[in-house]
Amino acid sequence: MTTREELVTNLRAAYARMWVRLKGSNREVTGLIVEIGLPILTIGAYVILYRTIGLSIQAGAAVIIGGAMVAFWTNVLWNMSAQWFWERESGNLEMYLVAPVSRMAVLLGMAMGGSLNTAMRAVGIVLLGVFIFQVPFQLHDPFSAAFVFVLTIAALYTLGMMFASLFMLYGREAYHTANLLQEPVYFLSGAYFPAIYTPIVPFALQATASLIPMTIGLDAIRRLAIYGGDITTVWLHILALIACTAILFPLAKRSLNYMESLGKKEGRLTLRWQ
Amino acid sequence: MVALDGVDLQVHDDEIFGLLGPNGAGKTTLIKILCTLLLPTDGQAYIKGLDVVKQASQIRRLINLVSGGETPGYGILSVKENLWFFSQLYGLSRDFAKDRVSKLMDQLELQNYANTRMSKLSTGYKQRLNLARGFVNDPAVLFLDEPTLGLDVLSARHLRTLVKSWIQTGGKTVLLTTHYMAEADQLCDRVGIINQGRILALDTPQRLKAKVASGASWKIEITPNLQQLDSIKNIPGMVGISQTDNIETGVSTLKLILQDESAMSDLLTQIRQNGSKVLNMGKSEPTLEDVYISLVGTGLE
Repeated sequence: MTTREELVTNLRAAYARMWVRLKGSNREVTGLIVEIGLPILTIGAYVILYRTIGLSIQAGAAVIIGGAMVAFWTNVLWNMSAQWFWERESGNLEMYLVAPVSRMAVLLGMAMGGSLNTAMRAVGIVLLGVFIFQVPFQLHDPFSAAFVFVLTIAALYTLGMMFASLFMLYGREAYHTANLLQEPVYFLSGAYFPAIYTPIVPFALQATASLIPMTIGLDAIRRLAIYGGDITTVWLHILALIACTAILFPLAKRSLNYMESLGKKEGRLTLRWQ
Repeated sequence: MVALDGVDLQVHDDEIFGLLGPNGAGKTTLIKILCTLLLPTDGQAYIKGLDVVKQASQIRRLINLVSGGETPGYGILSVKENLWFFSQLYGLSRDFAKDRVSKLMDQLELQNYANTRMSKLSTGYKQRLNLARGFVNDPAVLFLDEPTLGLDVLSARHLRTLVKSWIQTGGKTVLLTTHYMAEADQLCDRVGIINQGRILALDTPQRLKAKVASGASWKIEITPNLQQLDSIKNIPGMVGISQTDNIETGVSTLKLILQDESAMSDLLTQIRQNGSKVLNMGKSEPTLEDVYISLVGTGLE
């Protein structure tokens, strides 16, 4: 097979996997309603709390953006990281392993489909949040905001690809690990409150939080969308997000190869109900 | 634990090769190694001259795997969408994939369910979809791991016809594992009998059956069944025995391979001592099951 044929096969596989994710997630309309509607309840609780204690009106907007970004993290954890586990249980992993496609292409398809799907939900959450809670946005540099948003999604989903590789051999542990990573990241990244630049949060915790792509992206988007910043305000964030993606992507590829080889050696890739 | 021990076999082009053996014999392990899903701890295996360890990615272009009782795919997608999706894992172009999917749905009588979600299909139709998926890349080598598991008689016959006609298109190879002796007999050009990771015999079904001496195969119907099969196995002249119980009628069928007929009187005594009654008995033409019994000493049951 020529390199071109290989590339075409992998692109087709990535597109098909993306299509499955888009089709699968949007066929059930109830899911869409739940995924947009339920986060609004959590967001609402924080917005009301912040208004009650007299925080600035921007705090509400920050919460809405945080709530929208939470949707991405949830998607990364459950529909990326733990995905090989579900695929193995349903017998699909074997089919991916027998097919002449790179597993990275399949993961890329999952990531593209997942991010597009979640973007639709995130837009829904923001629009509904703004409509209900009437919070102000100051978007002076939409291009930078969009750019930072794309970089954040790329970094988050690359992290998801790496987790997916690590979770490849896991059984139920994948489920528990995803659970374990969910709430702490909501907390550390400051989805519902400012986790960094807040004296009340210890420095060590702030430093840890700053290593999570979601924290960096969330902070940059808030600066651009709420506080009227432009690209000069967030250039460090941009560099950090690019660095995250550049480091995580090859790591994901390597760990995927390693785990696949280990799984084949130990016969664990095709074991079910672990 | 050794799953495969000194397995040495060659499967040819245009051949349907069957692997017969009980659960845990090593059939699926062998298929998984050949499908590049497992790395062997020792030894070599080649598909069309390509090493399963070193040239796995090239092999994957040539093969496909269908495991019976499995239903890979996405429940929320329709039959047609699932088949299209799997075709994309092999890089089929849009028009070509559309044509291939349509043909496969015709061949497996899935057209009426083309737009039905997989989750709403019956087990039999899910299995048909799984089979269609196996043909989606028109592989040079198709691995069928217990493909008729859970299929009704008609669907199983349909599958066998499909495999037979597909192999006649030329340049194809099928490696089939099965529990069903009749299926192997009907479908396979050659059969390997595997037990505890070892190939015990390998030949055409006709030759294998010919190895069981004419007149050595007996079928006896008794009621109630024998509780102590071990005492019967040890009767001098007894090569092997299997017992199949029919819960509905309470009748058990014994399949026996005897070295000589002098073992028969001891056997009948044992049956009487067990409190069982002989309902019917007679010699039978050797089947692959008899071959298996003669080699292993017991039936697959």
